[in-house]
Amino acid sequence: MKILIKGGRIVDPANKVDKIADIFIDKGIIEEIDDCIDLDGIEMEVIDASGKIVSPGLVDMHCHLRDPGQEYKEDIESGTRSAVMGGITSVACMPNTKPVADNETVITYIQSKAKEAGYANVYPIGSISKGLKGEELAEIGEMKFAGAVAISDDGRPVTNSGLMRRAMQYADMFDITVISHCEDISLADGGHINEGFMSTYLGLRGITRAAEEVMVSRDILIAEATGTAIHIAHVSTRGSVELVRQAKKRGVRVTCETCPHYFTLTEKAVDGFNTNAKMNPPLRTEDDVEAIKEGLKDGTIDCIVTDHAPHHIDEKNCEFALALNGIVGFETSLGLGLKYLVEAGVLTLNELIEKMAVNPARILGLNKGSLSIGNSADITIFDPSKAWTVDVSKFQSKSKNSPYDGFELCGKPEYVIVGGRVLVNQGVLL
Amino acid sequence: MKKDLLGLKDLSADNIRTILSEASEMKKIVLSPHKKTSDLAGKTVVNLFYENSTRTRLSFELAAKYMSANAANITASGSSVQKGETLIDTARTINAMGTDILVMRHNMSGAPHLIAPLVNASVINAGDGMDEHPTQALLDMLTILEKKGTIQGLKVAIVGDLNHSRVVRSNIYGLTKLGASVSVGGPSTLVPPEMDKLGVEVFNSVQEAIIDADVVMGLRIQLERQKSGLFPSLREYYRFFGIDDKRLKFAKPDALVMHPGPVNRGVEFSTAVIDGEQSVINEQVTSGVAVRMAVMKILSQNGFDE
Repeated sequence: MKILIKGGRIVDPANKVDKIADIFIDKGIIEEIDDCIDLDGIEMEVIDASGKIVSPGLVDMHCHLRDPGQEYKEDIESGTRSAVMGGITSVACMPNTKPVADNETVITYIQSKAKEAGYANVYPIGSISKGLKGEELAEIGEMKFAGAVAISDDGRPVTNSGLMRRAMQYADMFDITVISHCEDISLADGGHINEGFMSTYLGLRGITRAAEEVMVSRDILIAEATGTAIHIAHVSTRGSVELVRQAKKRGVRVTCETCPHYFTLTEKAVDGFNTNAKMNPPLRTEDDVEAIKEGLKDGTIDCIVTDHAPHHIDEKNCEFALALNGIVGFETSLGLGLKYLVEAGVLTLNELIEKMAVNPARILGLNKGSLSIGNSADITIFDPSKAWTVDVSKFQSKSKNSPYDGFELCGKPEYVIVGGRVLVNQGVLL
Repeated sequence: MKKDLLGLKDLSADNIRTILSEASEMKKIVLSPHKKTSDLAGKTVVNLFYENSTRTRLSFELAAKYMSANAANITASGSSVQKGETLIDTARTINAMGTDILVMRHNMSGAPHLIAPLVNASVINAGDGMDEHPTQALLDMLTILEKKGTIQGLKVAIVGDLNHSRVVRSNIYGLTKLGASVSVGGPSTLVPPEMDKLGVEVFNSVQEAIIDADVVMGLRIQLERQKSGLFPSLREYYRFFGIDDKRLKFAKPDALVMHPGPVNRGVEFSTAVIDGEQSVINEQVTSGVAVRMAVMKILSQNGFDE
């Protein structure tokens, strides 16, 4: 299958390319990029990308596909269909499945199911500890060789600092990224939303920012003391941004990510006991949102990830305290980034693509997130000037738990190509 | 029109005045030898209680019966909750039996807000988690109004476990809407963050909180808070925050002493203060029945103006 993408603005920050050009794809590989490619007489699909952005397929390094074990929320096929609809061509999925992805077998299962589904590329993340129990190390080396791209106990913290230190040292030997869910459980104190005005106003138990920041600083200090690397998941507070900023200045091997909800929403979204605004870490305040944007702008925050966390309607349509944490995010993240960061002048388009494709690929050590000649053709084409309205009922995900229903965003992916296969064509998923 | 009473947060000052004026009529009935009206004749009131309660449940039950309603009680321990039924399904089941008024107490904030839009019955919040307890605040206001003649311009001091209290939140919304100034006091570990933004003055000293107050209200201190490390002992609590005769002198000489009950003697107040001349704790209970009658009457007619 040959594809020619004509006349789009190619934004490929990994190769420092930003120009109008054509891309020729053959057998799933990017063969040629040139100002004007003319291949008369050859049978191929031609995509007219004039007026549109041609970007490397997005790489989401933090999501939950719920498979194996909770396929009623999502499975690998529905999850990767949802990802592709959002312009995301590669995802790294967290290991809190049932059973936990703490061994080679589950890692292999996820990969084979993803291959069978044939949508986004799926890179499993193994757990740090066996069964996510925080007691003994999982078989990190075996998982790495089976294809795991990182390790994390995401969803819960590694409370035992000694075990975390060993995990970071052991993982460093295998050159596998460690992703830390930073939360001090005793400080979080069974809370449900940010501790602040809204927790007082609604009478809901609050979670202090310190619950996150204490753990961010712990992990930074361990990385610093042992010379190992750490990637901080879903940064949500001003304090966390500042801790990472200072650590980077000192040369600590620390990277971090945030999610669209931490730069678009505040704790006010919870008003009326809105369970679709319940997540962990919780939505914070205007001041934190500002700090997240500053962190994105100055490079403190490396990546934007979705933390796509599908839940069944019955798990959200219930008492606030019982509602599960998290929101689906694949199909809104690009639109939110374009609207709230690029259109708002926080990031350039190039910087947004760096945070949504280039940097996640680099941190996980994947040969993704670029439009280099010879690479597998993972490409997303969108028009940032085109507005669209979020309609959760149209999501490809099995779950609809999003606080963004009805939001006006821009830049819905019109063409999404994975490995040279056009999976989204004129906005329609094949 | 609003068919439910979920909190005083959502009511206007006029809504509150309407309830209080209806309630003072009802109070005459409660105090009369013939306690019967036909206001709820043919109506069904169900008390759905997920938390232990003696006075609130009985107060609602008597209020319903005084107005000739059919009244039934469900407590969580004896119900399908034990069989794993969801709150929504339980509420829909009760609704389907022809219930007109569903009185709900739940240990989780927002539970009645979840149910109200899903049922035809009027939902009355009889206390949800740490959120609101609107009929308690209304009965407090009725009591104050009867004793002081007005609420406008009064200073009301509320002392105790402010963080876990739905009573304090409803009282703050109600009292400030009717023009009272509210000051609150409690140990720093029991004060919720940014409470001043609710329009009150916040103190960690009981004396400062109650100075020149027209009303001194105590909030129940639960022993379990001690176990979760929020204060060292009831003894120490009483030493710094308990109100005895000496401390009560910081308030106005004719200040009312109030408490939503049940009272811990020698914790929130000294026995002398509880049983003293300034105490209106027993009147509050009578007001409670009257307020609940008024609320049920209004909801069974047109509901509250938006």
